Amino acid sequence: MTAVLAVRDLHVAIYDRSHAINVLRGASLEVGTGEVRGLVGESGAGKSMLGRAVLGLLPANAVIGSGTVQFEGRDLIAMPEPERRNLLGRRIALIPQDPMTSLNPVKRVGSQIVALLRHHLALSKGDALERATELLVEVAIREPRRVLELYPHEISGGMRQRVLIAMAFACDPSLVIADEPTTALDVTVQRQVLQLVERLRQRHGAAILFVTHNLGVVAKICRTMTVLHAGRVLEEGETADVLTRPRHPYTRALLAATPRADRPAEALCPVPPALIESLWSEARRLDRQSAMAAP
Amino acid sequence: MSEILLRTESLNFAYPERAGLFRRTSLRDVVKRVDLAVPRGSVLGLVGESGSGKTTLGRLLVRLLKPTSGRLQFDGVEIGRLGEAEMRPLRARIQMIFQDPQSSLNPRLRLGTTLTRPLQVYGRLKGWPDQRDRAAALLDLVGLPTGFIDRYPHELSGGQRQRAGIARALALEPDFIVADEIVSGLDVSTQAHILLLLRELRARLGLTLVFISHDLSVVRVLCDDVAILHHGEVVEYGPVARIFSAPQHAYTRELLSAIPLPDVEPGWLDDTGPNVTSLQQGSAA
Repeated sequence: MTAVLAVRDLHVAIYDRSHAINVLRGASLEVGTGEVRGLVGESGAGKSMLGRAVLGLLPANAVIGSGTVQFEGRDLIAMPEPERRNLLGRRIALIPQDPMTSLNPVKRVGSQIVALLRHHLALSKGDALERATELLVEVAIREPRRVLELYPHEISGGMRQRVLIAMAFACDPSLVIADEPTTALDVTVQRQVLQLVERLRQRHGAAILFVTHNLGVVAKICRTMTVLHAGRVLEEGETADVLTRPRHPYTRALLAATPRADRPAEALCPVPPALIESLWSEARRLDRQSAMAAP
Repeated sequence: MSEILLRTESLNFAYPERAGLFRRTSLRDVVKRVDLAVPRGSVLGLVGESGSGKTTLGRLLVRLLKPTSGRLQFDGVEIGRLGEAEMRPLRARIQMIFQDPQSSLNPRLRLGTTLTRPLQVYGRLKGWPDQRDRAAALLDLVGLPTGFIDRYPHELSGGQRQRAGIARALALEPDFIVADEIVSGLDVSTQAHILLLLRELRARLGLTLVFISHDLSVVRVLCDDVAILHHGEVVEYGPVARIFSAPQHAYTRELLSAIPLPDVEPGWLDDTGPNVTSLQQGSAA
């Protein structure tokens, strides 16, 4: 299987006035054609940063120290800006975390989808409108024509998220970065959204890098997974293997600390603080090492 | 039979709502005919999705809101209609812990001041050394270093802030606490620590708790009983063991089956039957 996305030894630091904070410390991962890979970590693990680095949407004070990000064999970091922008939204799409702030509040839903389609696919206004309607039908929106005429605040949160999913798949991308797309949703809506993402992925044949902190979501939608902590990959493999036979103590601890509706309370075991501390001290040791190696 | 500390009978709450500029205001029911009986020393989980009325119900139970109708009894006293002055002595016995400790702790006050403010308000402090001692004891109770007395909220991690929120609620040694989604913003590794802390405090201090959450898995760890709320009504209510092993109401079953357990389960996403069709009915808000 050829890799759609190959991230190798990526180092990213955020500059805060004079000092740098490392957020990715040599992270590597691959996503094959049509593969759904979960990128799992807790807050501060760097999982969103990795997704943003792929999209070239890192914050202005973030600097890529070293490493490569290859998309379909081409280096995204070295690529000239116009060329990269032409890929974004068309070949690489994003399903963002927050459906509330990711749509333009003063433009109708329809005009936002039409603008995207016309920009990337050079469709006529009529064709774009037709395509937008089909897309909303694909994400199970019942009255697509009416919804196209509405403003984002006039539709529910779950529906806004479905509109964003439709937009992500609109140009048949080969890679979709899903950045915690169901975190703000109720469980019943979350399940519907996951079902839709899976259905659209199959129909459009995209690979997905699914960023989440929820091991349950990974278990249900991702075939492979990568566990990130302090900007380092601690474990990766087939989801079924990692969840049943986790090799890294951190993965084991996360699983033991996840409350389960199907198990009694006694099964819950919090992550030992000593484990977290040892992982961070290892990260700091790596920071000192790379600081000394730097000229 | 254990003594019932908090009891509601047919408790209702409605918000006035204006349908249009010139229309008459109408009432929108958000809590409907709720009957609860919370035994002293027990933990009740209130579970529902957004808009189910769980937070409104929690605010009624601590009397931050006044019920529209129905009965609300705390320790045998009807408190539903009491005015502020009559509520005041009871307020010390009824506390609330909020979802977001970031916004419910005053950013300008050191933790020592915040934690002992309730004691000061009720005139239970005997001067400066007493304040330091009480604050240190509270920090110790929730597993924070006593050196945190002089820290500001922004110097703490999310889990530490939530511990501070719990400590403040414990300051007046209340009988009854409502905790509203207090672990939902936390990472898994922090969440489990907070859940176990609450379990330990409950055993040690004999607290009676109402634990509000959208997450049934979390409720199972801590609660004795669960009430499932849907559109302001309690659709199912009973002991945790029974609700999880043999849910009676269709909505409870739907909630349970929608939780993604961390097990690979082929077919979980194929189930397009009831799920995708029910979503087509609930289109525009």
